[in-house]
Amino acid sequence: MQSYRLPKIPTVDQVQVEARAASFTKRSIKKETKRAALEMAIQMMDLTTLEGMDSEGKVQMMCKKAVQPMIGRPCPSVAAVCVYPTLVGVAKRALEGSQVKVAAVATAFPSGQSFLPIRLEEIRQTVAEGADEIDMVISRGAFLSGEYARIFDEVAASKEACGEAHLKVILETGELGAYDQVRKASQIAMDAGADFIKTSTGKVSEAATLPVTLVMLEAVRDFYMQTGKKIGVKPAGGIRKAKQSWHYLVMVKETLGDDWLTPDLFRLGASSLLNDVLMQLERLETGHYQSNLYFSED
Amino acid sequence: MTQTQKKKSNDSSAKKHTKESASPKSPSNGDASQEAQSKGPAMFSASQKQASAPTDQRLVSGGRNENGRLGVHKTYKMWVGGKFIRSEQGRVLSLRNAEGDLVTHYVRASRKDLRDAVGAARSAQAGWSARSAFNRSQILFRAAEMIEARRETLIARLQEHARMTVEQAALEVDGAADRMFWYAGWTDKYVQVLSSVNPVATPFFNFTIPEPTGVVAIFAPENSPLLGLVSMIAPVILSGNTCVVVVENIAPTLAVELSEILATSDFPGGVVNLLTGLRDELQPHAVHHMDINAIASCGGNEAQRRSIQEAACESVKRVHFFEQPNSLEAWAAEDQQSLYWIVPFIEWKTAWHPIGV
Amino acid sequence: MTTKTQEEKASTRDMAGLLFGDLWDYAPAPESTEHVRYAQRYGHFINGQFVDGKDYFPTINPATEEVIAEFAAADEAEVDRAVQAARNAYDGVWSKMKPAERAKYIYRIGRLIQEKARELSILETMDGGKPIRESRDVDVPLVAAHFLYYAGWADKLQYAFPGARVSSLGVAGQVIPWNFPLLMAAWKVAPALAAGNTVVLKPAETTPLTAMKLAEICQEADLPPGVVNIVNGAGRTGAAIVNHPQIDKVAFTGSTDVGKIIQRAIAGTHKRLTLELGGKGANIIFEDAAIDQAVEGIIQGIFFNQGHVCCAGSRLLVQESVVDEVVQKLRIRMESLRVGDPLDKNTDIGAINSRAQLEKIHELVQSGVDEGAKLYQSSCSLPERGFFYRPSVFTEVAQSHRIAQEEIFGPVLSVLTFRTPEEAMKKANNTPYGLSAGIWSDKGSKLFSVAGAIRAGVVWGNTYNQFDPASPFGGYKESGFGREGGLHGLKPYLEVR
Repeated sequence: MQSYRLPKIPTVDQVQVEARAASFTKRSIKKETKRAALEMAIQMMDLTTLEGMDSEGKVQMMCKKAVQPMIGRPCPSVAAVCVYPTLVGVAKRALEGSQVKVAAVATAFPSGQSFLPIRLEEIRQTVAEGADEIDMVISRGAFLSGEYARIFDEVAASKEACGEAHLKVILETGELGAYDQVRKASQIAMDAGADFIKTSTGKVSEAATLPVTLVMLEAVRDFYMQTGKKIGVKPAGGIRKAKQSWHYLVMVKETLGDDWLTPDLFRLGASSLLNDVLMQLERLETGHYQSNLYFSED
Repeated sequence: MTQTQKKKSNDSSAKKHTKESASPKSPSNGDASQEAQSKGPAMFSASQKQASAPTDQRLVSGGRNENGRLGVHKTYKMWVGGKFIRSEQGRVLSLRNAEGDLVTHYVRASRKDLRDAVGAARSAQAGWSARSAFNRSQILFRAAEMIEARRETLIARLQEHARMTVEQAALEVDGAADRMFWYAGWTDKYVQVLSSVNPVATPFFNFTIPEPTGVVAIFAPENSPLLGLVSMIAPVILSGNTCVVVVENIAPTLAVELSEILATSDFPGGVVNLLTGLRDELQPHAVHHMDINAIASCGGNEAQRRSIQEAACESVKRVHFFEQPNSLEAWAAEDQQSLYWIVPFIEWKTAWHPIGV
Repeated sequence: MTTKTQEEKASTRDMAGLLFGDLWDYAPAPESTEHVRYAQRYGHFINGQFVDGKDYFPTINPATEEVIAEFAAADEAEVDRAVQAARNAYDGVWSKMKPAERAKYIYRIGRLIQEKARELSILETMDGGKPIRESRDVDVPLVAAHFLYYAGWADKLQYAFPGARVSSLGVAGQVIPWNFPLLMAAWKVAPALAAGNTVVLKPAETTPLTAMKLAEICQEADLPPGVVNIVNGAGRTGAAIVNHPQIDKVAFTGSTDVGKIIQRAIAGTHKRLTLELGGKGANIIFEDAAIDQAVEGIIQGIFFNQGHVCCAGSRLLVQESVVDEVVQKLRIRMESLRVGDPLDKNTDIGAINSRAQLEKIHELVQSGVDEGAKLYQSSCSLPERGFFYRPSVFTEVAQSHRIAQEEIFGPVLSVLTFRTPEEAMKKANNTPYGLSAGIWSDKGSKLFSVAGAIRAGVVWGNTYNQFDPASPFGGYKESGFGREGGLHGLKPYLEVR
């Protein structure tokens, strides 16, 4: 088998890409535009719990919130819940009859430091439990050592193990060290068959940022222009405020256009974003600033 | 936590020091305070009596004000890592007026306080020097504004605590504001003035730029509690250094007043750390500290200066002695501010870059 | 425009497969003008007082074509009063003042500008047509920074020129353009005052509003009367300043044509001169550049301030091997530029400053079409009223075309190609102008090499249109002489011996 070779890809200039990313935060998003953004943010959200202390009860409660984020007002469901593999079955049962998908982190999340057969088997079992989407991690150690073919092979094998399930590939950009590396990792993941590329596990301190996500969006755009394939993007980790969510949406709108403003191609991975979005919606509704006392924890 | 609640220290040397240096005039009623040693040249003594034996332990300002209202006294704390703290040892020193009456207490820093202050300065250094020169200049300008805004308070405090006349105090305060303002203007200029592009003979773009040296220990002047202090701190920090300042002088409380000014000028915590206490107690720990990059010293005696120079070799610290002017007017003069007071606390970096297609 | 232009405007879907539509559009977000204050009529600011003028002309909002206020046009007698006030202030107060006190006055002006930043931004946008995003985030912050920066120089002049004796010149006559009205005033006034001179300033006749606010600020700062004098008017007023015998220094920013007239006019006098004139900046994209960021830099280089920028990157030189990718990405990027109400916080490109300027842009673009270059314009809609122009790119441009030679001063980019670095440098230098250039490459040595070869006063590497009070700005060749910014910006206002 011919081993994978990384194609020629453009370099990324840090200063300029950060300046461009910051410019998206200057868009003024008010009233109806804001309401639409908040509703999109909910519809694109992967409501996440990834803690050692997660239990069936916790996941069941989160699933209820995922289906009906706010009681007493019409409010869309989130796109998916994102849980550990052992809780996929619980989530699947809790979400029965809803449109909310079950995403699971697999492949020795968050480090990926386990044997490939075990990681692939983890994917297969997780899919068998009913996961609609698999969020895998790449082997950052191998990537940073320049073993791009290995990353390609592992992602390709994971895609195969997913079967019908969608594959999101977590690059863990906070560990890659430079935007050039983010661009490279994005390219490898897309070449290997990723349906989505995702920034972070949320387990290292530097998670999703606007410039990192912009680099990924540009990689997706160029991949589309070359192959005609539309790949999704999921920033995850560190997105806690409603305002941040529309910064991302502005960036998607102005970089990839309308086609990507859909949960099929853009997701926000977050554990605590939802209530801030709900508070902002309520504020638009009532005109009053809100307190988190009036919004259920999960 | 109050001083009396503070747990007893296990540091036997400190205890010993306390006993030995305790003034015989101190009361033996369990008061933890001790008398400050007489400090520095008696610059203002011509118009003032030297401190005589204390007649009473009540604070002179402890009475009532002109309306008969009982005052709320201020506790003078130290400023370390952006927080106002007491000493971990829970010790204080006393400031007395010309009649020997107690004016106020202030903190006597311990060697562990010094250690903590150096840690805070180190933590703050990278972030402070990474800020834009414009941002640092805005903060120093703000500090000048805040000195000006507290002018009346500072003048009153200098009269009470440093035994200055109102004219002397005004000169000291105005000089401090003007000096901070002057150095604030340097923040985004000194690099342009001091840098160079070097015409090397090979096809390289070669340039030399100044960078801050790191953490600087400052031993404050003895005779100018505000203007002298600003004159030493400003040229050190404007380039991106952080500092630990040891203050033992005629009125260390003014250093605390200054720290309250700096704390409301948007300085990030840890850029300036001000310790009041005894130089003889703290200096040995500072000069031997392996995480201090440079020492700026003003005043001090011959032995203190020599010990700085000797100990500096252990981590090759840069040492700069500021000559202490002997009058307030001399402190306020323009020759007490210079671009070249920034220079002892910077490093020169030369970079080579090829030119070619 | 011609029908040919319409044909060129292919839909984005056809072009790249991406759709920049209105699935989620931004609602209008106009900046409120409620709390801005200005008079209906302004004369001049002379000797610390607002004084009435004689003949008045209107200044309009180019986005609405509505009259904002009326301004007087100063004649020779009024200019003389302003110059006398400046002379008296110079002789009596400002030249004798302790430098540290001059510093504090300039600092006060800087602080007051920071405090009034919002009002100044709105007025600048109303009067000049630039988007509020730029006046708020670029112009006004730079104005304040400029005053604060030069405040710090006022009492440090001996350090700027070591070993020399420095002294101020006297009265500076300063004439500024309409593209950055308040910023150009700051670039002129701040270093002049810091060096110890007094000034007579004339803002452009289409954008005099914020200069009058600067006059108010001088009053609030308690600046001694006569140190800053501002007279309104057009060319005749400017000529009266330049030709006044008691002016010691002339500083002009504007067109090369007028610059040449001024240079001739002061010939044989004692007057010092600095000129900051036109440009036709080359923005050079090498094949090894970070292309996505280079595209962003191209946008920034030509569409910033509607292209009303003397240092605009109006000549794009792209290495042939990447020209298709660069042009395609440029066209995609242009689709997300929002043209419209300058007061809307989401507007990227505002109004063309005047009808005359709009007509000039139309004329030059037509010449490009006629000479055979290929025009592409973004598909955005334009407001029905006011002076607006679509972001435009010409490809297949020859070095001989007028659009490659003349300063268009509008949102119109000409794309040329090159094959080798040598060719890029030659083409970049093949112009009488020499104000600015941009170089985009991932290779450091190439940046330094090309920067060294380009005859221009400002060269940006992997960025464009960056400004900072600490950084000198000015031109080579017919783009003028003298520098503004940094310690170099003090020199034109000082006698250095």
